[in-house]
Amino acid sequence: MSAPLLDASNLDAFYGPTQVLYGVDLEVVAGGITTLLGANGAGKTTTLRSLTGMLDTKGEVRFDGRSIAGRATEDIVRLGIAHVPQGRGTFVRETVEENLQIGAMSRRDRAAISADVERVYGYFPRLKERHRQQAGTLSGGEQQMLAVGRALMLRPKLMLLDEPSFGLAPLLVQELFEILRALNRDEGVSMLIVEQNAALALDLADHAYLLETGRLVMSGPAGEIRNNETIRRSYLGY
Amino acid sequence: MELFLHQVLAGLATGGIYACMALAVVMIYQAIDSLNFAQGEMAMFSTFIAWQLLQWGLPYWAAFFLTIGISFVAGVVIERVVFKPVQNESVLSHVVIFIALFAIINSAAGFIWDFTIKSFPSPFGTRELFGQRLISAHDAGMIGITILMLVLLYLFFRYTRVGLAMRAAAANPESARLAGIRVGWMVALGWGMAAAVGAIAGMLIAPVVFLEPNMMLSILLYGFAGAVVGGLTSPLGAVIGGFSMGVIENLAGTFIPYVGRELKLTIALTLIVAVLTVKPSGLFGRTVETRV
Ligand SMILES: Nc1ncnc2c1ncn2[C@@H]1O[C@H](COP(=O)(O)OP(=O)(O)O)[C@@H](O)[C@H]1O
Ligand SMILES: [Mg+2]
Repeated sequence: MSAPLLDASNLDAFYGPTQVLYGVDLEVVAGGITTLLGANGAGKTTTLRSLTGMLDTKGEVRFDGRSIAGRATEDIVRLGIAHVPQGRGTFVRETVEENLQIGAMSRRDRAAISADVERVYGYFPRLKERHRQQAGTLSGGEQQMLAVGRALMLRPKLMLLDEPSFGLAPLLVQELFEILRALNRDEGVSMLIVEQNAALALDLADHAYLLETGRLVMSGPAGEIRNNETIRRSYLGY
Repeated sequence: MELFLHQVLAGLATGGIYACMALAVVMIYQAIDSLNFAQGEMAMFSTFIAWQLLQWGLPYWAAFFLTIGISFVAGVVIERVVFKPVQNESVLSHVVIFIALFAIINSAAGFIWDFTIKSFPSPFGTRELFGQRLISAHDAGMIGITILMLVLLYLFFRYTRVGLAMRAAAANPESARLAGIRVGWMVALGWGMAAAVGAIAGMLIAPVVFLEPNMMLSILLYGFAGAVVGGLTSPLGAVIGGFSMGVIENLAGTFIPYVGRELKLTIALTLIVAVLTVKPSGLFGRTVETRV
């Protein structure tokens, strides 16, 4: 067994004086897809934000053999962690293509950046059609694709995705998840996916964690959790 | 008619200076959501530096560009040393910091160079252009340089990677950090550029208003007026607002009886209030529709 790509241990997180995460332990293996499930308000977004240094935390986080806890967000990102945030983080006044260029801002290899823009357009042809449009005029689904595309421009080793299916039509969700699967299979991008749609996420992931009011209550292979009726009924509601 | 045209051109010349100050104010406002009241004093101090360099015998253009460089570095340093430590504090503490900066720079200039009025040379001379009475050579030079500078800034922000990174950092700092952009340095760069733009404005207007520590007071007010009227969220709006202020100021002073020199500033302030009442985001202030 190889060492995990991402390894968080005993993570506490705070909004001002309020504690919202309690001793969370979490791993993502290299090349794997892990999902973090839980009800609204359980602390899923907070967990992802803790991993990329966007709020006050205690505990240890290691990525690719380095300790990253307490580092600045931009430095963590530059190590190869792309975070697709809840709400998508679109640069609304910039064009679609500029949004992709912004995603590559930490890189210097100009030729490869242009090639990657085309690669993203290959995955998301709709973005190519609208590449000169202000990104704020895109539909919610298109902005979600743009957010994933912007993350890809970083050439990440690990992608953190916060509810990528939120607000998308079912067909679009299928399409997006197929692309995520392909990215993982063909390009070896590891993923940590936060989802409310547990069935969908368990289908894609190979490992799952379940979060309840800031504490991990369960973890295991995605297949086992999917097939355990008791867990499904009591925690996942389907 | 000739008088009218003359006043419009002269208005565009001073308007260019107001546009520079408006732009400098907007560049910082977009990054930190606060108005830099010390922008004018920073420009005044830059102009004194240029004057000192000229006194030491540097040729005009050498002093001009050296001053721009020094001002840029000073702007970056002021952000890193003075502003960065309080950037997450309330708007009120920003205001206090800016007022303190204003007072410190103003009295430092008075202390070093004293408060007597000094003349400042024009690189273009003061004779009339082409022997016409329409516009003086210095006014024409002012318009030329401000327009050149504005075009260069536009190209920088529109077409360079650093320009795009600065736009991203100002528009959505959190998302910019997630793209690996060093937002803090982008803000500092914005301060440097605003200080450099202010320095150019100060050096160009100094031959007209003369050099002394309070020279930028009313100019910054017109700059604010231009920025607010054009819209604090729109650099282009601020520039257009600045140019308009210059023209309106001149035409009102010439053609509306009783206005004269004394009431020109009142006109500008009235205009701010009027525009804000009708359109709070300014004439060019943008509100982008976002579909969800
Ligand atoms: N900015 C904030 N300030 C204070 N409390 C917050 C903030 N954001 C989230 N919380 C609280 O933290 C808890 C976890 O929120 P979050 O991580 O967004 O949950 P999830 O993503 O699982 O829906 C919730 O109780 C929420 O009310
Ligand atoms: Mg959430």
